[in-house]
Amino acid sequence: MSLELVQDYANYWAYIVLMMIGMFAMISKNNLIKKLIGMVIFQSAIILFYVSTGVKEGANIPILSHDEVHPAHHGDDHAGDSHDAPHDKPHHADAAALDPARFSNPIPHVLMLTAIVVGVSTLGVALAIVQRVYTDYGSIEEDEILEQIRPGAHD
Amino acid sequence: MTSNPMKLVALAAVAVTGILLLSATPDFPAWGDPQSPASTSAMSKHYITESRFETQVPNLVTSVLADYRGFDTMFETVVILVAGLAIIGILRRPFQPGPRKVDGKKEPDLIQVVTCRLVVPVLQLFALYVIAHGHHSPGGGFQGGVMLGASFILMTLTGGLPATLARLPEQRALFLAGLGVLIFAGTGLLCMMLGGNFLDYEVLHRIMPGTGPVMARSHSMLIVEIGVAFTVCTIMFSIYAILSSRGEMRGGL
Repeated sequence: MSLELVQDYANYWAYIVLMMIGMFAMISKNNLIKKLIGMVIFQSAIILFYVSTGVKEGANIPILSHDEVHPAHHGDDHAGDSHDAPHDKPHHADAAALDPARFSNPIPHVLMLTAIVVGVSTLGVALAIVQRVYTDYGSIEEDEILEQIRPGAHD
Repeated sequence: MTSNPMKLVALAAVAVTGILLLSATPDFPAWGDPQSPASTSAMSKHYITESRFETQVPNLVTSVLADYRGFDTMFETVVILVAGLAIIGILRRPFQPGPRKVDGKKEPDLIQVVTCRLVVPVLQLFALYVIAHGHHSPGGGFQGGVMLGASFILMTLTGGLPATLARLPEQRALFLAGLGVLIFAGTGLLCMMLGGNFLDYEVLHRIMPGTGPVMARSHSMLIVEIGVAFTVCTIMFSIYAILSSRGEMRGGL
C-alpha cells in the first residue's frame, strides 16, 4: 500500500466508509428515526464524494476577481452603470484567456447544492411521516409496528 | 423473534458492498487531478472561461446555477414547495384542546429573549446580504433563504410559536412560498412571451431599461434568486413550525 495510493484515494475510502455506516443504519436499526439518520449520513457521503471530484490541485475557488470579469483593456468606463452599452459581444480575441486549471470545477458544487436542498426536503417529509406513524401506531420501533400490522408474522 | 439475524445479514451485505466499492477506488481519478474527466470536460471549461463574457457574473457557481442550469434550479424550488405542502397534508390538523403529553408552555427566558432580540436583526440583514451579493461572493438564494428561515426558527425557539406566527402567519408564509416559485417560473414565461426560449434571459433586455443582453442575464439571475429565497425561507420555517407543534401550530418546543 504505497503512500501515493493513500494520498490519491484516501478521500474515496472515507466516503465509502461513511456510506456503509449509513447503509447499515438504514437496514438494521429498529428505530425509525435512527433509520432516517442513516439516510442522512448516506446522503452526506454522496455529497462529499461529488464535491471532491471538482477539486483541482492548486486551484482557487470558482469565483473570479473583478479584473478577470472586466479585462483591463476597457478599464476606463467602470464608473458607468451599464457595462455593455457599447460592447455587447464577447471579447475573445483581446482579453487574456482564463486557465481552467486555476479554478475549481463549479459543476459539482451546483449539482450538490440541489442535492442538499432535496435531501433536506426529503428529511422533512420523512420526519412528518414518522410523526404520523407515531400518532397512529403509538410506537416508532419497527418490530412493534409490524406486530400491529401483521400480528405474529415474521419479517 | 430477535433482530440479530437481520443485523448479521445487514452487516454481511454492507461488508460485501464496502469491499467491492473499496476495490474499485483505484479506477477513480486521483484527488485533485487537474486532468480528471470531470475537470477537462468541455462544459466545465466553457463555464469557467466564457461565463464572464456571457453573464458578467464573477461567481461561477451562481451563474451556472441560476442561468446555465436554471431549469434544474426552478424544479428544485418546486421540490421545496411540494415538500412543504406534503408536510402540511400529512400533519396539519385542527387544534385539539386537552391534556398534552409534552408541556410546551413556559415563560420565555429573559436571557434567550434578549439574545434573540440582538441576534435576529443582524442575522436577517446578513441573510439579505448573502442573497443580494450572491453574484460576487459565495451565496445566493438558497443560502440566504436558509438563513432567513433560521432567523424565524430562532424567534420561535426563544419567543414561542404564537409570537412568531403573529409576524409570519401560516397563510402568508404559504403565499410567499408560492410567490417564490411564481417569480422563477414567471421570469421564464416572460422570456417566452418576449420571443426567446424558456428561461432565456437575454431577451429581457428589451424591458429592462439601460441594459444589454449580457447585463439582463445578470439582473435576471438576481430576480430568480430572490424568488428562490422566498420559497426556501418560508418553507424552512413552515416545516419546523408544523413538525415541532405536531401539526397544530399552537404550542410546541
